[in-house]
Amino acid sequence: MEYTENRNFWLRVMTYVSAFLLVAATIMSFTYPGAERSMGEVQRLFYIHLGSFFGSFLTFSVAVVAGIYYLRTRDNKWDRLEASSVEIGLGLSAVTIVTGAIWARPTWGTYWTWDPRLTTIAIMWLTYAAYLFLRSAIEDPERKRRFAAVYAIIAFSSVILTIVIIRVRPDVIHPTVAGPSTTSADVRGEFNVTPRIRDTVFFNIFTYCVLSAVLTWHRIRIENKSDFIQERKLSILGNM
Amino acid sequence: MKDNQRFVTSYWRVVLLVARKDLRAEIRGRELISSMFLFAFLAVVIFSFALELDREARENSVAGVLWVTIIFSGMLGLARSMAVEKDKGSLDALLIAPVHRSALFYGKALANLLFTLVIALLLMVLLTVLFNISLFVWQVLVVLVLGCIGFTVSGTLVSSMSVYARARETLLPIMLLPVILPVLISAVRASGALLAGLKAEDWLPWMQLLALVDVVFLIITYFLFDYVVEE
Repeated sequence: MEYTENRNFWLRVMTYVSAFLLVAATIMSFTYPGAERSMGEVQRLFYIHLGSFFGSFLTFSVAVVAGIYYLRTRDNKWDRLEASSVEIGLGLSAVTIVTGAIWARPTWGTYWTWDPRLTTIAIMWLTYAAYLFLRSAIEDPERKRRFAAVYAIIAFSSVILTIVIIRVRPDVIHPTVAGPSTTSADVRGEFNVTPRIRDTVFFNIFTYCVLSAVLTWHRIRIENKSDFIQERKLSILGNM
Repeated sequence: MKDNQRFVTSYWRVVLLVARKDLRAEIRGRELISSMFLFAFLAVVIFSFALELDREARENSVAGVLWVTIIFSGMLGLARSMAVEKDKGSLDALLIAPVHRSALFYGKALANLLFTLVIALLLMVLLTVLFNISLFVWQVLVVLVLGCIGFTVSGTLVSSMSVYARARETLLPIMLLPVILPVLISAVRASGALLAGLKAEDWLPWMQLLALVDVVFLIITYFLFDYVVEE
C-alpha cells in the first residue's frame, strides 16, 4: 500500500492528538478525583491499569477479527494488521501487569499472587508472546501468515477467559469494576465510585484506545515501508 | 459394492480408520508408548527426589505431579505422531483422500488421546504404588478423561502447525503450554480436591470448567484444522 502525503498528515495529527490525550489523562488521574479513602494515592494507578487493559483488549480483538478476515480473503493487509495489533497489545498488557503489581504491593501486601485473574492475564500474555515466537519460527511466508491467523484465533480464548473469570469464580480478590460478580464487595476491596472517578476512568479508557489504534497504525506503516524497500531492492537488483 | 460407496466413506468411519492406523503402527513398532512411559517414570522419580516428599507433602502435590507428568510425556507423543506423518510424506497421502479434513484431524486426535490415556492410567498405578496414595476414585477417572481430551485436541492442532517450523521441538511446548494452561489448572484443582476428599462444591466447578474448555477446543479445531493443512 502506498503512503500518500495525505495519509501521513493524518497519522501525524493523530499522533499529536494521542500524545496530548495521554498527557491530559495522566494529569487528570493525578489531580481531578480525590485520593481514595482506604488505599490513598496509590489508587490513582488504577486509571492507567484499567486504561491499558482496555487498550490491549481492543488490539487483541482487532487481531482476532483480522485473523478471521485473513483466512477468508488471504489479503496481506489483514495479516499486517493482526501482527501489529498483537505487538501493541503485548506492550499494553505488560503495562497492565506492571501497574497492577505496583498497586498490589501496598494494597494486598505482595507484588504477585496466584489469584485467578492474575493467573489468566499471565496466561494471556504468554499466549501472545508465543504468537510472536510462532511468526518468527516459520520460514515460508504464506504458511506463516496462515498459521499466525489460526493461532491468533485460538489465543483470543485466553482474553475471553481473563474477562470471564472474575465474574464466575467466587474466590478472586481482584475487584470487578463493571458487571456482575459472585464475590462480596468487602472481599474484593471495591471502592465507591464518585462521578469524578468515573469521568477519569472513562477518559483514560478512551485515551488508551486511541493510543493503541495510533500505535498500531504506526506499526503497520513500518511494516508497509519495509515491504516497499524490499520490493525496491529487488527491482533495482533485477535491473542491474 | 457400488462405485460411489467405495469412495465416499462416512465421517465417523474415517475418524476410526485413521485412529486405527495409528494404533496399528504403534502396536507393531511399540516405540511411542514405551518412550512416553519411560519418560513419565523418570519424571515421577525426579519429582520425588526434587520435592523431597514426606507423607503430607505427597498428598498435597500428587495431583500436580500427575498432570504435569501426563502433559510433558503426552507432548513427546504429540510431537512424534505428527512429525512421522510429515517426514514420511503420509500426511500428504491422507490429505488427498476424498474425505472431510476434520475427520482426519479427529482421527489423529483420537489416537493421541488413547496413547495419552494409556500413559495416564499407567502413571496412576505408578503414583499409587510409589506415593502410597490410592488415586482410583471414579471422579478422578472422569477428570482424567476430560483433561486428556482437552490436552490432545488442542495439542494435535498445535503440533500440526509446529511440525512445519524450523525449531519444531522448542516451538511445540512454547505454543501449546499457554493454550492448555486452563485445562491443566482446572484438572489439577479438580483432582486435587477430589483426592483430598473435599465436598462437591470444591471440585464440581473445576470439572464443569474443564468440560467447557473441552467443548470449546473441539469446536474451534473443527473450523481451524482445514486452514492449517490446506495446500
